[in-house]
Amino acid sequence: MAGSAKTEKFDNKTIQWINDRLPVFSMMQNEYGKFPTPRNFNYFWNFGAIAMAMLGIMIVTGIFLAMNYVPTGSMAFESIERMSRDVNYGWLLRYTHMNGASFFFIAVYIHIFRGLFYGSYKKPRELIWIFGVVIMLLMMATAFMGYALPWSQMSGWGVTVITSLFSAVPLVGDGLVTWLWGGFSVDSPTLNRFYALHFLLPFLICAVVFVHVWALHVTGSNNPTGVEPKSEKDTIPFSPYYTTKDSFGTVVFLVLFMAMVFFAPLLLTEPDHFKQFDPMQTPSHIVPEWYFLPFYAILRAFTLDISIPFTHIVLLTAKLQGVLAMFGSILLLLFLPWLDTSPVRSARYRPVYKWCLMLLIAAMAALTYAGAKPPEGAAVWFGRVGTFYYFLHFLVIVPWLGKNEKTLPLPKSIHEEVED
Amino acid sequence: MDSTLKKGGNRRDFLYLTAGAMGAVSVGSAVWPLVDSMNPAADTLALASTEVDISKVEVGQAITAVWRGAPVFIRHRTPEEIAQVRGEDWQSLRDPQKDEDRVKKAEWLIIKGVCTHLGCIPLGTKPGQPRGDFGGWFCPCHGSHYDISGRIRKGPAPKNLTVPTYEFVTDTLVRIG
Repeated sequence: MAGSAKTEKFDNKTIQWINDRLPVFSMMQNEYGKFPTPRNFNYFWNFGAIAMAMLGIMIVTGIFLAMNYVPTGSMAFESIERMSRDVNYGWLLRYTHMNGASFFFIAVYIHIFRGLFYGSYKKPRELIWIFGVVIMLLMMATAFMGYALPWSQMSGWGVTVITSLFSAVPLVGDGLVTWLWGGFSVDSPTLNRFYALHFLLPFLICAVVFVHVWALHVTGSNNPTGVEPKSEKDTIPFSPYYTTKDSFGTVVFLVLFMAMVFFAPLLLTEPDHFKQFDPMQTPSHIVPEWYFLPFYAILRAFTLDISIPFTHIVLLTAKLQGVLAMFGSILLLLFLPWLDTSPVRSARYRPVYKWCLMLLIAAMAALTYAGAKPPEGAAVWFGRVGTFYYFLHFLVIVPWLGKNEKTLPLPKSIHEEVED
Repeated sequence: MDSTLKKGGNRRDFLYLTAGAMGAVSVGSAVWPLVDSMNPAADTLALASTEVDISKVEVGQAITAVWRGAPVFIRHRTPEEIAQVRGEDWQSLRDPQKDEDRVKKAEWLIIKGVCTHLGCIPLGTKPGQPRGDFGGWFCPCHGSHYDISGRIRKGPAPKNLTVPTYEFVTDTLVRIG
């Protein structure tokens, strides 16, 4: 990524002076100016840039919100209400940050879908994918801790339920939960540490984004054909072509985002989020934010203990199964580059994989529905079937298709495909 | 130096190992204060016991006390309820426990009001709340049913509701913790 030995010549003397000592301008020109990029990107390739824009918006609004926030059990809820009512533009900062989390996840989930559809995780881009999964995990932790900060009924009980997951760990579970809480229930010490970590993690995300992009600039981008660029006919310079296209896509996305902030800022917010946390009263129905629903449904899909037959010796409680499945569902993505051995990247040329991926999207939709509903009736079955397909897809179908799928003929090169 | 030729490592390896071990101990002892600072602080631990007056709880009623920031249910059980839980086959339960082992006085059931699944507060203490299929408590979060001894009977929770440490200071005063 760093500039090469032969540095550029710049007309501006100050720029030249700096560049001779620290070649940032050469680097920008190489990596974002001339950087050869496949010429056939579609709009799915906008979502990396869009996610980056959302990360920036979250950090900026977050820092200004922090200036008015009081992270103690007795003051947190009030300080957020004060922000919404009394602080100049506090409502805008708050609604942008709240809905920003949702739109950040929308962008990232589309970005991940792009990777799954066009096989962007395959050799030589395995590390890019792994850093991406790490970013997603950090985002989830950050979003979860941020949800605690308003100290509402949903905050406090969401924290209680999710931190209690760790009590499923054999032997040390209860001690671990007490340690996470800093007490014997979710209280001020819990809020305070969540605030500290909610502030820290976005900067860790920035660091991992940096290596994610660095690794991307080593291998170059994948593209909709999944065929590597072979000559100069296959690529165009990143600037002005993709700087323009990314800017356009980002603006369209931000228009939708701002429409939500201004016209429906509370559309995705549960009423219990506007009641202060009461540790003596659980709300009748706890639901996580929409972007956690599929994983929450996987957690709840397990209801039977596994025991040694005809005894009461339980090997794996339903609770521990759920916890392992939920964390496992994300961690298995780290191994996807090796689970999928198909030599063809893009689902365009993988007729069976394409439909299996669509089924995965359907399973995620079923899980989202199941996660939002109380665990009874049809929702239970949506949750079980969705969970079953999720694991079947990654652990059985994808490895099997890698060896047995009859793929379509690939174009010889990107320009041949585009110019046809 | 012929010591470098000796089998099983030379002086340099020994230095690496001891330096590495010392380094590991130093890092560990530097990290431990950070980790332990997240455990409950002295003032949190100081709230470890509470006294509850139970003289006003009539037979069949239940109250909620607060202990260490979480609820404790105190139920004054009726003779029928006691007969019911003691007449059942406890050995086939998910978390097999005799009712006799869960109470100090048969008419007073004292348990933590925290669902052993994921920490929600089960309903059933206040009049009018659902008490589940076994007449005890019902957790609204994920549908666990507890009986009148606080034992798990149905739903995802793995364990019975916890019995806290407590003692009867007098007949009408309980110290929890």
